[in-house]
Amino acid sequence: MAAVVAATPRAGTGSALRGSVGYLTRRLAVALVTVVVAVSANFLLFRAVPGDAASMVKVPGLSAAERMQIRADFGLDQPVGSQYLHYLGQLAHGNLGISFENRKPVTANLWQAVANTMPMVLLGTVFALVAGMATGLIAAWRRGTVLDAGGLGAALAFYAMPAQWLGLMLILLAAGHLPSGGISDVFLTDADWWARTADHLRHLLLPALTFGLASYGQYAVIIRTSMLETLGEDYVLTARAKGFSNWSVVRRHALPNAMLPITTLIAMSLGLLVSGAILIETVFSWPGVGLAVYDAVKARDYPMLEGAFLLLTVSVILCNLLADLVYLRLDPRIRSA
Amino acid sequence: MPPPSSLNAAKVARRWLTWLRQNPAALIGGALLTAFAVLALFGPLLTPFGIDQRVGPVYGAPSPAHPLGLDDSGVDMLSLLIAGTRISMLVGFAASMVSVLVGGFVGVTAGYVGGWVDTALMRITDYFIVIPALPLMIVVATVWAPSVVHMVLIIALLLWTSTARLIRAQVLALKERVSVRRARAIGAGHARIVLRHIVPDIVGLLVATTVLAVSVAVFFEAALSFLGLGDPATVSWGRLIQIAFERTAISSGAWWAIIPPGLCIALVVLGSSLLGTAIQHAANPKAGIAHVSSRTFRIRPVPEASRD
Repeated sequence: MAAVVAATPRAGTGSALRGSVGYLTRRLAVALVTVVVAVSANFLLFRAVPGDAASMVKVPGLSAAERMQIRADFGLDQPVGSQYLHYLGQLAHGNLGISFENRKPVTANLWQAVANTMPMVLLGTVFALVAGMATGLIAAWRRGTVLDAGGLGAALAFYAMPAQWLGLMLILLAAGHLPSGGISDVFLTDADWWARTADHLRHLLLPALTFGLASYGQYAVIIRTSMLETLGEDYVLTARAKGFSNWSVVRRHALPNAMLPITTLIAMSLGLLVSGAILIETVFSWPGVGLAVYDAVKARDYPMLEGAFLLLTVSVILCNLLADLVYLRLDPRIRSA
Repeated sequence: MPPPSSLNAAKVARRWLTWLRQNPAALIGGALLTAFAVLALFGPLLTPFGIDQRVGPVYGAPSPAHPLGLDDSGVDMLSLLIAGTRISMLVGFAASMVSVLVGGFVGVTAGYVGGWVDTALMRITDYFIVIPALPLMIVVATVWAPSVVHMVLIIALLLWTSTARLIRAQVLALKERVSVRRARAIGAGHARIVLRHIVPDIVGLLVATTVLAVSVAVFFEAALSFLGLGDPATVSWGRLIQIAFERTAISSGAWWAIIPPGLCIALVVLGSSLLGTAIQHAANPKAGIAHVSSRTFRIRPVPEASRD
């Protein structure tokens, strides 16, 4: 029906608006259902584990009756359905439970971790985007030359290296020059703000560089492919025929269109970035969300693991939604679809 | 349609060989994958020492007898590396095959049947695509007993989505082909149409995705093992990196315990990316034309396959 409306000439703006609202509603619905699916999977998976929270209480000489009392206190004697409803209710209030490991609320632990992860991931992404854009554009521009082969080869090589291994290699290379782990020097006690910031940056450099190197390769390949596909379009040929210079064709006709798939693909690769962050933070003992996941796995700290998984899923979904918005802004064709 | 014969097979093989010769990237990728597959199959015959046999000092340096040195308990690294090849390649290939089978089935069903089946299957695919892969794998692996089979299933669980999408799009286009409509008009059943007219045309794409999926699977195997979620009784490249990391190979300066397994992973990932991308390009030649390049400007002929 919408397509019929869009086809009539006068209905231009109205149908475009309706189109984008419909598009956004669909996207929002998918995002919401995904969150619900993730939350339910989270709940069910951890109920499938042998033993429950009560069996984690290890007190010598605990009687069966006392254990039953603990189970009742945790609400574990309730049917699964009402436990699930209770879980959803607590989630809605922002309660992710208490960490088995340090007995603090999971949310408090995660906030601290997010605050640590953010600078590392952002700096790393800036590295990756700059290197990826430069490599991809130059490779597409100088298609079939040594520059193309070399740039693409290097990008592929870094893409092929496991992030954790790349981090260890950088530690080997920078041994003695840069700190190999942690977020700050614990012996740096009575330093001023400048010294502390400098120390922090020195610790930040290697993880962020690893992050950048491990993820720039895929950007380079995506940007090169997208650019090449755009360069094959008829309108590029037309622009060429009009006599525009090469540079002007690329900048004004090809690049804006080539950026379209790149925005979505960057958002789609966020899941991979999250994976990278887990491995890299583990290697560098960077106390962020990734290390929280690793520590939770090691200690079988289920509430922390559940919370971190939920946080990562929701943030990836939000970023995808954001990419959809950007896409809607960039590509007018979707609005009338 | 002529029945497939040995003559046909020979022709296909010859065409593949010509294609390999014209695509150096595919040749390199294919060679790398074949080499590691052979090593995985026949490696145990080649291992010079047992993988639980102490042959020298802790983190002994590389020597003529032990070209890759010794690990943290004095075991020959080369033997460990060869033993690890088997598990890493097994997980990589098995997971990618399971994922492509599932993804291919979902994609063909969704694309061919259409309607609410398509909608339902694609919604499920959408949810799986959005959920970040490694965290979900970690969660599942944490609650499931560690074993090689579980590892394969966990990785395949998240790898099938892109195949399903890709195949569905292809099937949607193929379904409207004149040849398929003709076949339907003369009374071909669904099974016959799918098996004889649609599947043969997506085989190239399926092979490409399988090969590409190997790289992702090997990657994830390394990641999960590195986080300590692999089968502790087996040796894989990911586990070798984990052991070296946890038992301070870096601070001991034992680079030989850590560089080779990572290099092997990088080579397999590189090989399968090169070969997979080349096959994908052969199946979709549109990406091969450019109207602008830095020096020369000429219109290249449109490849035959993209004209129909």
